Amino acid sequence: MADANALLQLVPKAEGRQSMKDFKSDQEVRWCPGCGDYAILAAVQGFMPQLGLARENIVFVSGIGCSSRFPYYMNTYGMHSIHGRAPAIATGLAASRRDLSVWVVTGDGDALSIGGNHLIHALRRNVNLKILLFNNRIYGLTKGQYSPTSEVGKITKSTPMGSLDAPFNPVSLALGAEASFVARTVDSDRKHLTEVLRQAADHPGTALIEIYQNCNIFNDGAFDTLKDREQAEDAVIRLEHGQPIRFGTDGAKGVVRDPRTGDLEIVTVTADNEADILVHDAHAASPTTAFALSRLADPDTLHHTPIGVLRSVERPVYDTLMSDQLDTAVEQHGKGDLAALLAGNDTWTVVG
Amino acid sequence: MTSQVSSPAEQADGTDETVVGAQRKPAGAKDVRRLDRVIIRFAGDSGDGMQLTGDRFTSETASFGNDLSTLPNFPAEIRAPAGTLPGVSSFQLHFADHDILTPGDAPNVLVAMNPAALKANVGDLPRGAEIIVNTDEFTRRAMQKVGYDTSPLEDGSLDGYRLHPVPLTTLTVEALTEFDLSRKEAERSKNMFALGLLSWMYHRPTEGTEKFLKSKFAKKPDIAAANIAAFRAGWNFGETTEDFAVSYEVAPAGSAFEPGTYRNISGNLALAYGLIAASRQADLPLFLGSYPITPASDILHELSKHKNFGVRTFQAEDEIAGIGAALGAAFGGSLAVTTTSGPGVALKSETIGLAVSLELPLLVVDIQRGGPSTGLPTKTEQADLLQAMYGRNGEAPVPVVAPRTPGDCFDAALEAARIALTYRTPVFLLSDGYLANGSEPWRIPEPDELPDLAVQFAQGPNHTLDDGTEVFWPYQRDPHTLARPWAVPGTPGLEHRIGGIEKQDGTGNISYDPANHDFMVRTRQAKIDGIEVPALDVDDPDGGARTLVLGWGSTYGPITAAVRRIRKEGGRIAQAHLRHLNPFPPNLGEILDRYDKVVVPEMNLGQLATLIRAKYLVDARSHNQVNGMPFKAEQLAAVLKEAIDG
Repeated sequence: MADANALLQLVPKAEGRQSMKDFKSDQEVRWCPGCGDYAILAAVQGFMPQLGLARENIVFVSGIGCSSRFPYYMNTYGMHSIHGRAPAIATGLAASRRDLSVWVVTGDGDALSIGGNHLIHALRRNVNLKILLFNNRIYGLTKGQYSPTSEVGKITKSTPMGSLDAPFNPVSLALGAEASFVARTVDSDRKHLTEVLRQAADHPGTALIEIYQNCNIFNDGAFDTLKDREQAEDAVIRLEHGQPIRFGTDGAKGVVRDPRTGDLEIVTVTADNEADILVHDAHAASPTTAFALSRLADPDTLHHTPIGVLRSVERPVYDTLMSDQLDTAVEQHGKGDLAALLAGNDTWTVVG
Repeated sequence: MTSQVSSPAEQADGTDETVVGAQRKPAGAKDVRRLDRVIIRFAGDSGDGMQLTGDRFTSETASFGNDLSTLPNFPAEIRAPAGTLPGVSSFQLHFADHDILTPGDAPNVLVAMNPAALKANVGDLPRGAEIIVNTDEFTRRAMQKVGYDTSPLEDGSLDGYRLHPVPLTTLTVEALTEFDLSRKEAERSKNMFALGLLSWMYHRPTEGTEKFLKSKFAKKPDIAAANIAAFRAGWNFGETTEDFAVSYEVAPAGSAFEPGTYRNISGNLALAYGLIAASRQADLPLFLGSYPITPASDILHELSKHKNFGVRTFQAEDEIAGIGAALGAAFGGSLAVTTTSGPGVALKSETIGLAVSLELPLLVVDIQRGGPSTGLPTKTEQADLLQAMYGRNGEAPVPVVAPRTPGDCFDAALEAARIALTYRTPVFLLSDGYLANGSEPWRIPEPDELPDLAVQFAQGPNHTLDDGTEVFWPYQRDPHTLARPWAVPGTPGLEHRIGGIEKQDGTGNISYDPANHDFMVRTRQAKIDGIEVPALDVDDPDGGARTLVLGWGSTYGPITAAVRRIRKEGGRIAQAHLRHLNPFPPNLGEILDRYDKVVVPEMNLGQLATLIRAKYLVDARSHNQVNGMPFKAEQLAAVLKEAIDG
């Protein structure tokens, strides 16, 4: 991706070698012991030296919620803002400072409930932001109410008889909002998480990464199906660009397209249908197949959950377009002349 | 020639309408009378082009050199049902050969394009005023629609006025027969016919309007030519018809103006220019995050035209994102602005609170309109003062600056930027619909007259720990201003985290310590209280007044006009007008103490009066009007007189 490099080149590189330690702030981490956020923090701090950008040109912006404490623990510039608004704040920062690498850290309540509007608009504009959406399917900081990704019927403090609302599928939502990069990963899979971060950092434009994250206090074990070695083989579909979409023990299962409806379905791979197994194309111009993949997961059991990069396509980046307009305006009208602007075209003079 | 000198009309600005001279043109020409001031109101359907007509007459008048003041007044609906009272749109213009302050209380001339326009406006006219009506629109049906059972043009109800019945539509269509236009298309030029007629009546220069029409319809030269033809036909009609026996001259207002180069400017335009000027003076890129809302959108429109000044304009998905993006840009080192009106401020409140806590510079421009809720989107009001002062959770003080005239919006923007940048705080700039859309002649400042707003970003450590380590503390304050350092991302070694959670004094780290919170709340308040603002001037010519009238914002014009009236009649009154509402000028308390009575006229139910009474324990008397319109000078003068005498 030539353009990716072009955009990343606007951000100054680190002068010396960086280590994970360089990205740890002096603040004590205050998440509950056992929280999935620790693993994500470690993965991000571990990935940053690989990215190799000047630390002072990296900014983490967050909203409100457990995950949104993240910036305090990163030894970069950071802002812990208000509930749901991080994408909007980060948009202003990224659009006015193309020499910065801007990351948003948010949760399922922050991004999809109170801040849903800002998330979808950042995605459609394709602002150069990397959005880490920690999805634990519960409200943690307010002590255990259901969230917009909680399964229907969830018993929580605010839903003693079970929740009534149908959940969002964040990946489907992002694809519907014209996202140019959408990925999903899991807090406990450091290697996979790091690889997804790498691809997101390389992506020009908004990258949304949904990270399944365990809240061991209010929704413990929500993603065990995807983590348990035995169950995971059948539950997790690991997507890799250019590879046939197969999963299960020895790749016994695969994804094929129903030629009648165009929809995707799971089959047991046989010699007869092996050639029909869908090859993952993250760069497909149309989001149709990525969307169909996002619908394979069962919202209740999480069976057949695809992880990896579902979509990664290049399209014009908002900050670049905005900056280009400024350059074009100068080319067309010259650099602004304040005296000429104030005078306008219709003046008269009063002599003393 | 019959004498047509009007009876002394009830007028603003303390000057009666007077004929200052009469002269005859060479043989055959009509009488020309010289007036010192005129108030004209154009009124018609929302689709009749009254705002454009008013704008053009204003431009002609400005370039002629009169002092002027305008009051556009239009419904919130883009095209309200035709011919109805709610659909009436009007534009009032007051121009004079001397310094004036308001668009005038009562028009000398009303141009009514239809029965609804007549009905909606005739009540504002003094007896003897001239009324020009488009008789073509006075059909039975159109008159019945607005409740005229008999024709007001014939039933004697307008006998007290000088009525000019003119078939404006027919004359326009006739004037355009040689153009290949449908009747409907031709009729649309009737506003230009009316403009031509009024331009003749008041000896306005015409080149500007012809030039304007050519450029406006550059891609449709036929339409441009037709409009120009209608405009000239209107002029010629005035000159030839018997009905208009007299034309008027209002001499340029040379002595009212300081020497300099002038232009006409509206409040929103002046405000937009003030923001660009502030960006230049601070040497910071301007970033506007905004969501369209009446009557503030014109600032977004204007700034989006000036990207060659490095101006970034971001039309956000909502009001919250507008200010959010601005705050993000402020963190990155831009001069950040959000523009809105009252309902938008309500949505932005939480982010303003965050800006208070982050202590970053941010301009919040509120072009106030009638409230509550959606209220009166296109009408004016000053009822957001207490929202600006207190409309946030917690103790979240924000400085408040208010312009007093359309042109003053330029200086107020620079002043708001000075405070924001010096003290690292959000600042409210409270304009209103009257200033936003009204216009006046404005002396164009030279760029080197503008204040220096240079900012120093933090460059290195600002604190030494006990062990001798040099560190950067984001909340280590300047001892004089109490401002914290502005360390922008990209500066090596100053990496830091800020947020809305209470932070420890100095380090900025999260702190829930009770004593620290108490200290931080008081410190943020002390920073705003300590902002240096100029002392308040009092206008009390001989020092003998016992009554003070105190105003803020756009009431400056009407209050000053009322004060002039009182003084002209020998009354004594002192006047002071606040630009800074938070903090108040340092001498305000002392000034209030000097007078027996303090009257505070406001276009709200007494918000400044409430603040004054609370802070200074002064028995300020409130005078309020919340009808969506600016005060009328005459009424205000009566109120002030009552206060003086009472």
